Amino acid sequence: MSGVDPGRRQILAWGAAMAGVAIAPGITLFDLAHGRPPAERASNKVRWGMLVDANKCAADCDACVVACDTEHALPAAKTATAAQWIRKVELKDMRGGKTRSAPVMCQHCADPPCVDVCPTGASFKRADGIVLVDRHTCIGCRYCMMACPYGARSFVHEPVTHPLPDVPRGKGCVESCTLCVHRIDRDRIPACVEACAATGRKALLFGNLNDPQSEISQRIAALGATALRADLRLDPGVRYLGL
Amino acid sequence: MPFRGLPGRARWRPLARIAVLLAIAGGALAAGDTGIGRRAPRLAVPGDAGGKCVEDTAFMRRNHMELLEHQRDRTVHEGIRTTPHSLANCVACHASKETGRVTGSKDAFCEGCHSYAGVKLDCFECHSDRPKPALATAVTPPERVRQ
Repeated sequence: MSGVDPGRRQILAWGAAMAGVAIAPGITLFDLAHGRPPAERASNKVRWGMLVDANKCAADCDACVVACDTEHALPAAKTATAAQWIRKVELKDMRGGKTRSAPVMCQHCADPPCVDVCPTGASFKRADGIVLVDRHTCIGCRYCMMACPYGARSFVHEPVTHPLPDVPRGKGCVESCTLCVHRIDRDRIPACVEACAATGRKALLFGNLNDPQSEISQRIAALGATALRADLRLDPGVRYLGL
Repeated sequence: MPFRGLPGRARWRPLARIAVLLAIAGGALAAGDTGIGRRAPRLAVPGDAGGKCVEDTAFMRRNHMELLEHQRDRTVHEGIRTTPHSLANCVACHASKETGRVTGSKDAFCEGCHSYAGVKLDCFECHSDRPKPALATAVTPPERVRQ
């Protein structure tokens, strides 16, 4: 574009630099990476992610699962065909007998196999890294369910009686964790993270992986979180500590 | 003189027929703004919100589906949830005062018109046909995203 004013550019750059200056540890004047104005489209400046700390996750606690079911009006009765967006998984070291518990949901891969295989383009990755299903174009072929190495997706087998206004659901589509995209778009954190914090365990941390100053990035940098099935090199947005 | 080849009064018949057809067509147009004849059943629009819609009523009658389709892609793919052309916004205003829904009967706003026009309405196979409970967000104050 020819009409760029270099002076204006410089002022914008100074403004951005000033805005990022921390006025106290953890408190910035303006959170650069986060919050876009609600009328603005999601951008790839942000990559939403989650850090699951298995050290803090209790085997007998399913607050995140309950919160997810409530938030999205998923069937509470876990029948064989019921949709499940998040589940608790228990790992046991066969030698020492040590057990670990952690929730597993859509890992919001940077290179999602579900998107690769979708024949209609219904599976897609939003600019801010959230992997979603556009139910308007999903034909329910379930190819993505086969492609997902985490078994994170569910097919809706039964008619849905009362979907919530923010979470439209219907029989015949594939669905999975949306990272509570309807909340994120309104500057709120995912329901599971909120519920986990309410129990006092704080095993789930949500934040922007693209911002090196964010708490999640700093904890990952300091503690070295792992990805599930790291061998597949899908670069998931959900990372684990203490597995 | 029109239609010279025809005998006597027969020469005037085609003109008379045209005149009669024009009169009928004019009468039909005069019967209502919609162009619907007097004998066609008129739809009493149910669940009228009473206030002003996000666009002109006439525009909305013809184009609401275009607006909704456009908005749905902006919401699902781009995360824009503020614009007034959302289905949730329609439902919020137009839900029936009695049932709280926009479908379920011929008196409901969406279903009433769609069944009158004979157009399939499949939004509500997945979407909620009730307004969003405003209280749900008011009771639990939204926790701001922190990083």
